[in-house]
Amino acid sequence: MPGRLHHLQNPLPGKTVEFLINGRKVAGREGDSLLTAILTNHKAVRQSEFGDGLRAGFCFMGACQDCWVELSDGSKVRACTTLLEEGTHVSLPELKL
Amino acid sequence: MRAAETLVKAGLRPVVLDEGFKAGGQIYRQPPVPDGREPEDLYGSEAEKACALHETFERIRPNIDYRPRTLVWNVIGDSVDYYDESADVAGRLQASHLILATGATDRTLPLPGWTLPGVYSLGGAQISLKAHHSLIGQEVVFVGTGPLLYLVSLQYAKAGADVKAVVETASWSNQLRHASGLAHLPSAAVRGVGFMLSLRRMGVPIYRGAHAIRFEGESDCGLTAVSFESGGRSHRLSCIAAAMGFGVRSEWQLAELAGAQLSWSDIQQQWVPDLTDHVRASVDGLYLAGDGAGVCGADAAEVRGELAGFALLQDLGHSVDASRRQVLEKSLKKQWRARAALDRMYPVPMHLLDELADDTLVCRCEAIAAGEIRHVLVRPGAEDVNRAKAFSRAGMGRCQGRMCALNVQAIVERAKEQGPQAIGWQRTQPPIKPVPMAAMADAYVPDPEGTRE
Ligand SMILES: Cc1cc2nc3c(=O)[nH]c(=O)nc-3n(C[C@H](O)[C@H](O)[C@H](O)COP(=O)(O)OP(=O)(O)OC[C@H]3O[C@@H](n4cnc5c(N)ncnc54)[C@H](O)[C@@H]3O)c2cc1C
Ligand code: FES
Repeated sequence: MPGRLHHLQNPLPGKTVEFLINGRKVAGREGDSLLTAILTNHKAVRQSEFGDGLRAGFCFMGACQDCWVELSDGSKVRACTTLLEEGTHVSLPELKL
Repeated sequence: MRAAETLVKAGLRPVVLDEGFKAGGQIYRQPPVPDGREPEDLYGSEAEKACALHETFERIRPNIDYRPRTLVWNVIGDSVDYYDESADVAGRLQASHLILATGATDRTLPLPGWTLPGVYSLGGAQISLKAHHSLIGQEVVFVGTGPLLYLVSLQYAKAGADVKAVVETASWSNQLRHASGLAHLPSAAVRGVGFMLSLRRMGVPIYRGAHAIRFEGESDCGLTAVSFESGGRSHRLSCIAAAMGFGVRSEWQLAELAGAQLSWSDIQQQWVPDLTDHVRASVDGLYLAGDGAGVCGADAAEVRGELAGFALLQDLGHSVDASRRQVLEKSLKKQWRARAALDRMYPVPMHLLDELADDTLVCRCEAIAAGEIRHVLVRPGAEDVNRAKAFSRAGMGRCQGRMCALNVQAIVERAKEQGPQAIGWQRTQPPIKPVPMAAMADAYVPDPEGTRE
């Protein structure tokens, strides 16, 4: 599934970092925040708890708190201020997009 | 950083707590991992200043106790509560003197559809590009007001994004009417005109005096278009991404917790801490620098940092370089005058809230619509923003009102037909950002003297 964000080509090749979205293996880039890595592969990060639909982050700077995501172990992290790590497994809403 | 440098020069070893991954703050933010982009690619015309600041940091680093990824979440008297994200531990420091330079975040407005996936804050759009070299989308509409709007639009256009348009809420006549104020700082005017000309050269349309702005799309799919009115015509631009920002607002939550008095600033359309000597808060030993204490921009933030260092040194009985201080004060005065001109040229378009519909979400965290806030205001006792917050929960969510407090206030003002002084500000509650309960419980020491209540 195509994502929402678009990685630009870096002058340095950079390392690919593999992680998992709902059990599916996907690729991020070294230096990505977890939010960037998710959104270059997927279109949203969570369902609003209040039934008003999907959210996909907003401020990218740890201010709005709209990007909390669930990891497969049930813990939650703020994706925009978390650096992507190899093997991270996030549980995201399945989308019909 | 300039404050820390000033203290180091005087032989002190300050503790520097920063929630960021790397030194640099907002404008001089560094990518978490070097990706081969040059300072000119990252910071454009400000590259030299960025390098100078980063070099200063490297130079003083051995002489400061630097703690990155460390959030300060409360200040009580001289106790500073922090949470170190890398180690997942919380703790408390005692500080005889405290300099807060907490910066600013985007000023947002509750426009219809602003919570849709694909709508980002303007600063967020820039961080995506600067820190992670990625676009929020390949087709982007930029909505808002002020210099940062043009700067980020241009950065996106240069990076190869299809910038569909810049949608500016300030009218052209208003911008021209107040532009003479920039005579105090011609370089700012030149930069601003440069942004607009470059955008025009790249074929990016600029719509001015925009209103009736809506982000269109489905909540289970995301943004599909931005519609608005400008120049007497309706426009609708299809896009999958939009960025919006109406200037920035000061992050003074810690200052407030530390006891700083706030006052309403008509020109900034926000609450700002009271300052004497440019940097002293209303509490002894508390100094406020940078955009966190009223927005004056990046160059001024460096000056204010150095002045905060000087004030602190003076209070410790050190002698400070009086002529240097005079130079700084003069430069700062000029910058405040230029900032006032910018604030007049690009006012926060609070009038857009006059047409705010009952079903538009105001609080993103708790998904509270304007109508729900208006509804609680008829209850007895709902006289100020804090009651409105308690009754409606708007501003009680995870972001602690960062995104909505000023907008909730505006709704209360309109409903009660009273000004900011009567309505008040949403008081800050610690922790100012979410901190894991376990870490907080380990570190928590009740305030022995009860100084906060
Ligand atoms: C997203 C964004 C992008 C911007 N881009 C530009 C630009 O391109 N050009 C321009 O001229 N101006 C820009 N501005 C305005 C510019 O940021 C400021 O004028 C300038 O950065 C102010 O410097 P400062 O030191 O006051 O704050 P900042 O540079 O914001 O630094 C504040 C620092 O405090 C830290 N901090 C804040 N709260 C806490 C806490 N509770 N605990 C620990 N650490 C904390 C932050 O991590 C940060 O490092 C931008 C503003 C924003 C919000
Ligand atoms: S996107 Fe705003 S906190 Fe992460």
